[in-house]
Amino acid sequence: MNRYAYRKLKDRAASGLALACVVAALVPLVYILAEVVRVGAPAINWEFLTSRTKGTGEPGEGIGNAILGTLLLVGYASLIGLPVGLLTGVYVSEYGNNRFGTTVRFFNDVLANFPSIVIGLLAYALVVDMLNVGFSLIAGSFALAIIMIPIVANTTEEALRLVPNSLREGALALGVPRWKTVMKVMLANARAGIVTGALLSIARIAGETAPLLLTAFYSNYWSASATEPIASLPLTIFRNYNSPSDVLLHQAWGAALVLILMVLTLNIGVRLFMMKRNRKPKVVKKTWKTRLSLRA
Amino acid sequence: MAARRLGSRFGMARSDKMFEFSVMAVAGLTLALVWLLVAKMILDAQQSISGFGVGFVTGDTWDPNRDVYGALPFIFGTLVTSAIAILVGVPVSIGIAIYLSELAPPWIREPLSFVVELLAAVPSVIYGLWAMYALRPVMVDSIEPVFVALFGWTPLFDGQPVGLDKFVAGVILAIMIIPTVASVSKEAMRAVPDSQREAALSLGATRSETTRMAVLSYARSGIFGASILGLGRAVGETMAVTMTIGNANMISSSLLDPGQTMASLIANNWGEAQGLQLSALIEIGVVLFIVALIVNVLARLSIGRFMKAVPTTGGGL
Repeated sequence: MNRYAYRKLKDRAASGLALACVVAALVPLVYILAEVVRVGAPAINWEFLTSRTKGTGEPGEGIGNAILGTLLLVGYASLIGLPVGLLTGVYVSEYGNNRFGTTVRFFNDVLANFPSIVIGLLAYALVVDMLNVGFSLIAGSFALAIIMIPIVANTTEEALRLVPNSLREGALALGVPRWKTVMKVMLANARAGIVTGALLSIARIAGETAPLLLTAFYSNYWSASATEPIASLPLTIFRNYNSPSDVLLHQAWGAALVLILMVLTLNIGVRLFMMKRNRKPKVVKKTWKTRLSLRA
Repeated sequence: MAARRLGSRFGMARSDKMFEFSVMAVAGLTLALVWLLVAKMILDAQQSISGFGVGFVTGDTWDPNRDVYGALPFIFGTLVTSAIAILVGVPVSIGIAIYLSELAPPWIREPLSFVVELLAAVPSVIYGLWAMYALRPVMVDSIEPVFVALFGWTPLFDGQPVGLDKFVAGVILAIMIIPTVASVSKEAMRAVPDSQREAALSLGATRSETTRMAVLSYARSGIFGASILGLGRAVGETMAVTMTIGNANMISSSLLDPGQTMASLIANNWGEAQGLQLSALIEIGVVLFIVALIVNVLARLSIGRFMKAVPTTGGGL
């Protein structure tokens, strides 16, 4: 074989190998989704979705309180995380061209990529330990909010960056005060990107498990009290996955199906919606930074 | 400056200043709170830190009955599983990044990147559930026996495949770090100026040679940073590991033996831990925090510097 043919062959082989890597990553993704649907779907019915989770030996099965718990945890977390993240993003993008802004940006980046179990420990230190509330909905929400803040801040910053400077200059030239320019002109024009970031951050925290294990703990009963332990879908999976009982396994797989549907609907839905609306998918300009903070 | 002075003459400065101050306060207070909590965490770990000193990271006993706590088995477990994750996950991720950045037809790049990133959207507890019931049988029946047959004579693959071990935990971690490493590496490769590729191609290089000579060598610090980020993810990952590693507090050279990582230890023992044990668990959290901090700062510096160093190209994504 001559040298030219050898190089050509090597080129083909390398391309084939790269494609094989892509396939190697897609197989687990498809397999996970298929398995969760295959095993989880038979467990789901109205009764299952609306009854509380059962412990070992109790009759019946359900995940209703876990769905409610996840919605409450995510809801409370968003109440803290969205506004704080948004304002942090506004600061970094609009006023952050100085040393303090750089510091905030840097530590937000670091925090965005922190192991979630460490965030759980931080939330435990404040709510459970310092404020003496104990394992509770509010502690869990606080942990999720800490995870949310850097994500929302990063996507807000990127979205604001994409607003044409001429709009800002136009508003300022008309004599609009700077704060009004930011609130009315900049945020309005960056709306799509900010909403995308917010929804994706919700998808991210909905599946977080380790921080809830350390803060919200678990309860097999209906509860909406802020200071009581509360059930959640991820922890329903974790507490039941290893059980010999069919009932508990049903609860784990059923919870997995509901959770993955929530997370994927948010991820895919947001993307399709934005594609349709803007005819181009990149509302949040995906830099390596935003890509990172949006992982689950 | 001029604008600010002009503003104050028209009486606009006050509301502007107030707004700027409030958003700055929100941004700063969040950071301050997080660092305050870190301090509080270290304070909580104090009982264990002063009780065991350096012996904490070299001790190999974790015994709540005698109240003796050493973290060596868990540091070992974390190192081993993360190493497997990097060895398996990084090459695959670089392959994906090369395909997405250099080889794929343009129309498929965006959708395919999105699908690969969906791997990151799957919650880690679902990875664990899947690993337990789908990956584990595959590993026990087909993959681990092959390794035992090939490398059974080394201490690394000594023993019977059971499927709840460091090897399975490492493989699931490898899958989980792929989206991070692949997308950041791809971003680094896209940032390589086309002039580099054109230069290699004009010298007669094939596509794979161009990728190696022009793209990989140019983007190597970005790819390095991406791998470090993957390492950070693997070190801190909790649920999927807890569900697959077998949770045995022991140091064993065989990858087919169960183990325990720092994160999985916290997850497993949190509910019942009190007193000194709780403090020891928090100290493990502090160690994890320090490792994560170093890894992330390192990764960010290396990627950030790379991204800043390359001139922005018009083409690409």
